[in-house]
Amino acid sequence: MSEGDETSASGPLDRRLFLRRGLRWSAAIAAAPSIAIAADIPSDPTRTPGQPFSNYGQPSPQEKATIRWISANRAVAGNGVSWTPLHDLEGIITPSGLHFERHHNGVPQIDAAAHRLSVHGLVQRPLSFTIEALKRYPQRSRIGFVECGGNSNSSWNLEPLQTRAGYLHGLASNSEWTGVPLSIVLDEAGVDPAARWLVLEASDAIGMNISLPLAKARKDCLLALYQNGERLRPEQGYPLRLIVPGWEGVLNVKWLSRIELSSEPVMSRNETSRYTELQPDGRARQFTFVMDVKSLITSPSPGHLLSEKGLYEIRGLAWSGRGKVKRVDVSADAGKTWKPAQLQGPVLPMSFTRFRIPWRWDGAAAILQSRAVDETGTVQPTRAALVAKRGRAGYFHYNAIVSWQVGEDGELSHVYA
Amino acid sequence: MSMPSAATGAALACLLAFAAHAETPRLGQPISAAELARLPRSVFPDGRGLPPGRGTVADGETLYDQRCASCHGPKGIDGSGGHLISDGAITGPDQDPAINNYWPYATTLWDFTRRAMPMNAPGSLTADETYAVTAWLLHLSGLLDADGVLDEKTLPAIRMPNRDGFDWIDARRP
Repeated sequence: MSEGDETSASGPLDRRLFLRRGLRWSAAIAAAPSIAIAADIPSDPTRTPGQPFSNYGQPSPQEKATIRWISANRAVAGNGVSWTPLHDLEGIITPSGLHFERHHNGVPQIDAAAHRLSVHGLVQRPLSFTIEALKRYPQRSRIGFVECGGNSNSSWNLEPLQTRAGYLHGLASNSEWTGVPLSIVLDEAGVDPAARWLVLEASDAIGMNISLPLAKARKDCLLALYQNGERLRPEQGYPLRLIVPGWEGVLNVKWLSRIELSSEPVMSRNETSRYTELQPDGRARQFTFVMDVKSLITSPSPGHLLSEKGLYEIRGLAWSGRGKVKRVDVSADAGKTWKPAQLQGPVLPMSFTRFRIPWRWDGAAAILQSRAVDETGTVQPTRAALVAKRGRAGYFHYNAIVSWQVGEDGELSHVYA
Repeated sequence: MSMPSAATGAALACLLAFAAHAETPRLGQPISAAELARLPRSVFPDGRGLPPGRGTVADGETLYDQRCASCHGPKGIDGSGGHLISDGAITGPDQDPAINNYWPYATTLWDFTRRAMPMNAPGSLTADETYAVTAWLLHLSGLLDADGVLDEKTLPAIRMPNRDGFDWIDARRP
């Protein structure tokens, strides 16, 4: 069949999967807000004047269930994450207000007029930049994903967690970022030939700091001032954050205030104790920067219901920190047979890529999967292959194939298959 | 030889008003030595960036009980903030990494404590207090005697057991 052709296979059933379905719906789902349609919606909008203008538009009240899901430390409210509801979204751009968050100790309130970016260490001229100054520099935009290195980490668990797709895999979001190429600022300061690393530091309540190789900083990093056309949101780093295309989210330092050039990494907590992956033999992977090729089906996915047999569009997202997505295959029989999905343009490097394929559901149980391949030829692994290679204690960098089971009742659940 | 017309001349002037593509406004302001000294410090594994100061294991225990134990447990083992000290191993079926068996550098412990802890008052520990709390945690890790003292010289000299346990994946070692 050619690209985009319909696939109708329904795989044989695995009895264990039914047992696992007993775990369906975590507390997260049970607590999801109900959709309350405003009582004052007129019966005929063509017979009554509409609402007035607004200074800043908001989503329809009828869409108020489309939210970031917050998972924070009980003792420290500002330490945790919030997840992008990928299962409710379309296209490739994540609305700024739904971009995932990872804060270590809250969102700092920063006076943009007083904020400075200091560049020092192994440079010829230590320099300080105001935000207003950075706005005068040549601006560049790129559309790309930011993904937390810990995204999808519940999938290392022995049993599949039952929640929405976005609350499993939504520590990844995709935006248009605009700002000043970092290389311009580095060149102005004059990098010493002995420098190999940048130590990045934030003005938040943990003084977030982490090391970035100089070569990557020069290659494509951006001092971002704007997200999706507007100035950064506070929770995305206002007034200044770094964008490090394709590399793990923690390097995309928000509230960036200091860059120290160095001959070596600083060995901060977030590059030693955290964001390293302990392997079964006791060795640990460190400086695992690249976010590997990944995909998932966002619709249908757990929490959606197939109300009747018939034609549905399987929709999903694929991305790779190594470049463009080359191909996404979709299976409806737990990986026994695959059909190539259509990739919706634009297909950009290190960016979400939307894929689609029509699927005729025959009413039988089925297991839906997607498998992405990037332009370097890297193939998204099965869960079994990933766990066999890395064990389950690594916590970070989970990118295996995601499986959704469709029940005969049309409900979807998360399974390992 | 013909003279350029007035219109051509205007267009030429207009073109010249645009800077070359690679040119940038160069608006960075020099940072003076005094200002540099006031910037936050990066603390490297060799001790570079550590301020002068000292703290004892005994003082660290007292401080830890007052400022840290509510989130990290009395001996760094329980608490909402996650355990700091592991009584397990980093190999085997129940891998249990923590400061004592996983962290590669003692300087990291000092630096993170200084900049981020305690979370309800980050940055509130003095340099001496940070040396003391670090000394207590390294004592709990079995790496410092009960009468031990840490300062900017002795801290980086402590060799953590898992120092060589890390493989660099997307960066080249020097």
